[in-house]
Amino acid sequence: MPFGRSKRASMGLPLSKTGVRRGDALFHGAAVAAAALVPVLMAGLFVELAYGSRLSLEKFGFGFLVSAAWNPVTGNYGAASSIYGSLVSTAMALIIAIPLSLFIALFLVELAPPRLARPVSGAIELLAAIPSIIYGMWGLFVLAPFLADHVEPALQAAFGHIPVIRALFAGPPMGIGMLPAGLILALMVLPFTTALMRDVLQLVPPVLKEAAAGMGSTTWEVFRKVMIPYGRRGLIGAGFLGLSRAIGETMAVTFVIGNSHSISASLLASGNTIASTLANEFTEASDPLYLSALIELGLVLLVMTFLFQVAGHLWLSRLGRKTGGGQ
Amino acid sequence: MSTIRASVHGAPASAGPMPKAAHTGAISVRHLNFYYGSHQVLFDNTLEIPGRSVTAIIGPSGCGKSTHIRVYNRIYEMYRGQRCTGEIFLDGENILGSSVDLIELRRRIGMIFQAPAPFPMSVFDNVAYGLRLHYQLPRSELVDRVEDALKGAALWDEVEAKLHHPGTALSGGQQQRLCIARALAVEPEVLLMDEPTSAVDPVGTAKIEELVQRLKERLTVVIVTHNMQQAARISDRTAFFFEGRIVETGETTALFTNPSKKQTEAYITGRFG
Ligand SMILES: Nc1ncnc2c1ncn2[C@@H]1O[C@H](COP(=O)(O)OP(=O)(O)OP(=O)(O)O)[C@@H](O)[C@H]1O
Ligand SMILES: [Mg+2]
Repeated sequence: MPFGRSKRASMGLPLSKTGVRRGDALFHGAAVAAAALVPVLMAGLFVELAYGSRLSLEKFGFGFLVSAAWNPVTGNYGAASSIYGSLVSTAMALIIAIPLSLFIALFLVELAPPRLARPVSGAIELLAAIPSIIYGMWGLFVLAPFLADHVEPALQAAFGHIPVIRALFAGPPMGIGMLPAGLILALMVLPFTTALMRDVLQLVPPVLKEAAAGMGSTTWEVFRKVMIPYGRRGLIGAGFLGLSRAIGETMAVTFVIGNSHSISASLLASGNTIASTLANEFTEASDPLYLSALIELGLVLLVMTFLFQVAGHLWLSRLGRKTGGGQ
Repeated sequence: MSTIRASVHGAPASAGPMPKAAHTGAISVRHLNFYYGSHQVLFDNTLEIPGRSVTAIIGPSGCGKSTHIRVYNRIYEMYRGQRCTGEIFLDGENILGSSVDLIELRRRIGMIFQAPAPFPMSVFDNVAYGLRLHYQLPRSELVDRVEDALKGAALWDEVEAKLHHPGTALSGGQQQRLCIARALAVEPEVLLMDEPTSAVDPVGTAKIEELVQRLKERLTVVIVTHNMQQAARISDRTAFFFEGRIVETGETTALFTNPSKKQTEAYITGRFG
């Protein structure tokens, strides 16, 4: 309901003083214990991974992070290509998915008639429920040939003559590599970020939208100048959730990225990500150093995810101090 | 308000608003009917509101007061299924006509809501919001206009030092005056207020009432209120609504001391509503 009289504030009845304390203490203890479990598990996971990767840690040290070598025959391992692939494919996914989800969410909340918004919302939630292996197979059998035959040659034709940008589309169009990985990830992230952003935008109080429209804003201006700032904390949170999902996604990426330990500027070239390397090679890791290097990759992924989350929190708390409002 | 006028006349003609002399903000509502879907809630409302005056709209809960004033700036059009028939003339122009520029209409008719609705931005940006929307002003003039609007809303002294703090960090009463400043900044001819003090404490209410008294020197105020004393204190004319119809309109003193209709008398003496 857009308007009407608000209820008077409740009268603030005093709580009865007896019979509250003991139950309260019990509840408090249980809550603290449950909450403490999370950091303990986190720490346990970290220690376990660090212990599992001690061989690799000892042998390669810091060099593990910057070396792109990956040679099980000579026993030389580095994480650089996997880290690079994880970052690039995740960035591509977010660059595509975040603006798109924002527009879909706006459409669902503000523009679509209910008779359209409901089925579209449902379809998006369904998209989130599809197992990632299905995305992988679709990527390999449908998306990859389509990219190789139509999209990649077109991209090369369009950008092939522009210096610097040309390098992004160098090499034979195979439909396998960073581009399909980024696209698949974007598609997989999209339903999550869209659903979250839709929920965030739905929380914008109608009076705020009316006030903005009442100042003479267009629908677009209401969205850009009032709804997004009001919901920015939730929207950024949605973005970071999408990031966590993209960076950890394994199966779908493994299908389409090509799984080569190489760093290439071209989005058409094969590559790998941390998650895809782990999925691909764990069964082959026969000697202890190989296994240890893979576990260290897992450790790197854990630390990266953790750092992104911390960065997200810092960003949000800075925002909160600066402008207030919103959720 | 003289300062605001002065700054307007000092502005280049293309960049600033140019209030025409004929624009006094007189409103004439003729045979207005309103429907939520198929449910009619306003019936044949006809009402004359003189320019540069304060008109109070009173009546029991659910009688259609909010619905009525939400037609003036056509804010109801945000929602599907809400529609109206009839005519509303603002300075002689039918604002319900299809050729009316909604954006300009909403610059000319500002609206204040029951719940203060500061935008999630700084005090300064709140007041500058409409200015940035409607005009392209150089920064220095923007700053001047914001200051004028805040002074016009009797808020300047309280927020001068916190212009860059969030608007939401102000008290409820200050937030409401911030919204008034935001509306005033674009120099509207009419200010619609839907129970603007019902969420504000007595001190804040007194400030807003005093402000309304001063505002009528330069614009038309239409204020919905549940508070009879408030209506009596601040309005020149009063319209009494009952079940979607305008039962009685007149000079506020006359209507309160000598109502001509039984329903009006019953309402103002507190027998229902
Ligand atoms: N969005 C809506 N959809 C359908 N009916 C509505 C809607 N908003 C209001 N109404 C109905 O329209 C009638 C008039 O409502 P309105 O809010 O205009 O009354 P009001 O006089 O402002 O009441 P109050 O004093 O409580 O604010 C009421 O019967 C109400 O139930
Ligand atoms: Mg109302």
